[in-house]
Amino acid sequence: MYDVIIIGAGVTGCAVARYLSRYQGKMLVLERAEDVCCGTSKANSAIIHAGFDAAHGSLMAEMNVRGNRMVPQLARDLDFPFQMNGSLVVCMSEEDMPRLRALYENGVKNGVERLEIVDSKRLHEMEPNVSKNAVAALWAPTGGIVCPFNMTIALAENAYANGVEFRFNTKVTGFTRGSGCWTIHTDGGDFQTRYVVNAAGVYADVLHNMVSEERKLHITPRRGDYCLLDKQTGGFVSHTVFQLPGKLGKGVLVSPTVHGNIIVGPTAIDIEDRDGTNTTAAGLDDLIAKAGISVDNLPIRQTITSFAGLRAHEDHHEFVIGEVGDAPGFIDCAGIESPGLTSAPAIGETVAELLREKMGLAEKENFIATRKGLLDPKTLSREEYQALIRENPAYGQIICRCEQVTEGEIIDAIRRPLGARSLDGVKRRTRAGMGRCQAGFCSPRVMEILARELGVSQAEITKCGGASRLIVGVNKDSIGEVREG
Amino acid sequence: MKYEIAIIGGGPAGLAAAIAAYDAGCRSILILERDNQLGGILNQCIHNGFGLHTFGEELTGPEYAARFAKQVLDRGIEYKLNTMVLSISEDKKITAVNRTDGLIEIEATAVILAMGCRERSRGALNIPGFRPAGIYSAGTAQRLVNIEGFLPGRRVVILGSGDIGLIMARRMTLEGAKVLVVAELMPYSGGLKRNIVQCLNDFDIPLKLSHTVVDIQGRERVTGVTIAEVGPDRKPIPGTEIHYDCDTLLLSCGLLPENELSRGMGVTISPVTNGPVVDESLQTNIPGVFAAGNVLHVHDLVDFVSEEAAAAGRAAARYLEQGAQSGAGEINVTFEGGPRYTVPASIDPKRVSDDLVIRFRVGGVMKNRRVRLYLDDEVVVSRKRPVMAPGEMEELKLTKEALAAHPDLKRIHIAVEEA
Repeated sequence: MYDVIIIGAGVTGCAVARYLSRYQGKMLVLERAEDVCCGTSKANSAIIHAGFDAAHGSLMAEMNVRGNRMVPQLARDLDFPFQMNGSLVVCMSEEDMPRLRALYENGVKNGVERLEIVDSKRLHEMEPNVSKNAVAALWAPTGGIVCPFNMTIALAENAYANGVEFRFNTKVTGFTRGSGCWTIHTDGGDFQTRYVVNAAGVYADVLHNMVSEERKLHITPRRGDYCLLDKQTGGFVSHTVFQLPGKLGKGVLVSPTVHGNIIVGPTAIDIEDRDGTNTTAAGLDDLIAKAGISVDNLPIRQTITSFAGLRAHEDHHEFVIGEVGDAPGFIDCAGIESPGLTSAPAIGETVAELLREKMGLAEKENFIATRKGLLDPKTLSREEYQALIRENPAYGQIICRCEQVTEGEIIDAIRRPLGARSLDGVKRRTRAGMGRCQAGFCSPRVMEILARELGVSQAEITKCGGASRLIVGVNKDSIGEVREG
Repeated sequence: MKYEIAIIGGGPAGLAAAIAAYDAGCRSILILERDNQLGGILNQCIHNGFGLHTFGEELTGPEYAARFAKQVLDRGIEYKLNTMVLSISEDKKITAVNRTDGLIEIEATAVILAMGCRERSRGALNIPGFRPAGIYSAGTAQRLVNIEGFLPGRRVVILGSGDIGLIMARRMTLEGAKVLVVAELMPYSGGLKRNIVQCLNDFDIPLKLSHTVVDIQGRERVTGVTIAEVGPDRKPIPGTEIHYDCDTLLLSCGLLPENELSRGMGVTISPVTNGPVVDESLQTNIPGVFAAGNVLHVHDLVDFVSEEAAAAGRAAARYLEQGAQSGAGEINVTFEGGPRYTVPASIDPKRVSDDLVIRFRVGGVMKNRRVRLYLDDEVVVSRKRPVMAPGEMEELKLTKEALAAHPDLKRIHIAVEEA
């Protein structure tokens, strides 16, 4: 019997797990994918929003502003990349100025600090590539950018270090309510728990509706297409440049990433398929057209990859956080769309606090509050790097040329707790394969290292778990004469 | 560490450059190679057809590489394997790393850039659809099949008719996979004619020109690919979609010279070739820094890579003896009627000590043409070309004698004209 089972190992589930791991109890995270950070958490704008956008008085606004204040310290504690680069909401016409001012005022009411409206001259001094037609912008110095993969992984690793269990490749199929406990049915057997936390992203409504009659939730997967540009374009903008939100959402942003690329996106297309992360030609065309509105001469031809993510858009565009009225012991974290990444620490803390109160959880004496990330030789001095290679020569072997990732880092990513099991798992942890050649050169070598470290044959290595095998056989194995066995 | 010549890359270009520099008298040469053996990508090109021009016989890629590697070993030229160059400074200090030496710094008097190229990825092509396993660049698949013996898929669609794609269509077929179609965006193939005949026609693999991939299906592994015809604007024409059930998509959609190190040290890059802009000595804008092979411009035949790189090796050796020569007499090579660029981009007749080869590619398929090389207004080379195509590199020889006959030369011009 578990005290708490969290469903979903995205950033929300992992944040809940991490904050909950301060308390004594038996906790488990169930995840249908093969790794943490496989859904919305891996495909988003990677923005730490300042908090001026969410409607004043909403839970979304509260969580956003609180999360924004928590992230800098959390990034230090858990050692994930974060940069407070500031954001600009660009206004393209005098007519729209009242809406820009309204956004400013909403932000002030939400408690966002140091907000300022800057005129065209100042704006273009700050960002020379912002469209010459821009008349003003809302500047939020507290806006930031983050590595969403390592933020999620860091939360998970720290939760694990504090005793939270994780179970992957396990899909929840139903619930049975007992007295004071829940049975969670999965394709990997049943699990008993006192409390359930539903952090299932675009599936959170499905799970919620399995246990509640009183209030049905409806989540629409809202697809956003993105383009990621070569690091050569780094510096095209230094702030996160938003367009003034209109009826169709927040518009398309152009932002640096913490790794030095430029990201452009997202579009907003409501779909039905909860796994519909395919990009479309129309979506990408639309994205490229819209991205050109707020900046001039966007080097879109330098795109190294495009991808799509799904926001879990709840009909009321509001976070649904708390115990379900007619399902005691079932806690929702539903409708967590943008600014969900920013809000994750606040949501995690809120839910952990709620459970502590309800269950009377006692604090751990030996809670480990910090976590050390993968050692990145690029952050070392020459002498330190030299010493590291002497001690562990694998750090002298570059595997991913484009991102200059060493074998040492890849081995670390695989061997550490909740380590990588797939090509994408290695990629999210180390960036191997994330560069301009998009794994053309390094994927066979990463497959080799994964096979060696995991003690399996290369044929069993997958891109992202499940049926995503990278190799289907050996040469000539389908030709009768030479078939073995 | 100090060397007279440091060569970045131990593929065909780097090896040929090293041998030529040695034979021109240089005894202080270091080749830096990131892979675990010399020869570069040739090691995975196990098909034959290499070396016809150089050796007068057909060799496989590894055989061709081995002949050059042997010459390097015979001369005792130094090299480091598994060594990645991290950066080069403008004053030619090279920072590299490997397992045994750790971080190393090499001061070189001359540098020859020979890093080769990479393949254009799915992401750079912005192909819509899912992102499952089973999408490979043709070269990655070639490595898996030819070096590791693994089959990356059984039912294959290939986008792009570059040479590696054509070669892989045949290879995958020979290894037991079914290649359903090769789709090519352009109305002509990007590969060599002989590869279309020997790799597609001989195996009844259809080539669909003016077609592209419009969707990739499959969440975990590729389950299907949809292609469609494109119009003159290269945009898909609705209603022309054809679906293929397949587990693999191979991409052979162009090669990009890998010039991150060159850019980092301040070498000027041509937006047409994506390679350094070089003069008659294959020297970049930085004196003593030379480039050759696919890092300079993507070649079709390795024989010409070797030839070009040998010229770069000799030029580097000459630089060691003579130092930087003033660039006052440089004449930009101009062109009309078809070429997209020339290598070299400029020629200083006073610095030309050998016959020069001028290489270029054309932008579209052209028939019944004549290529003329003008020195001022005099035609010094005139060649009939029944067919010219972007997939095949063109070359013209400009002799030392022809240059000597024009002491006050002002213009070097290539014209592709109706024959």
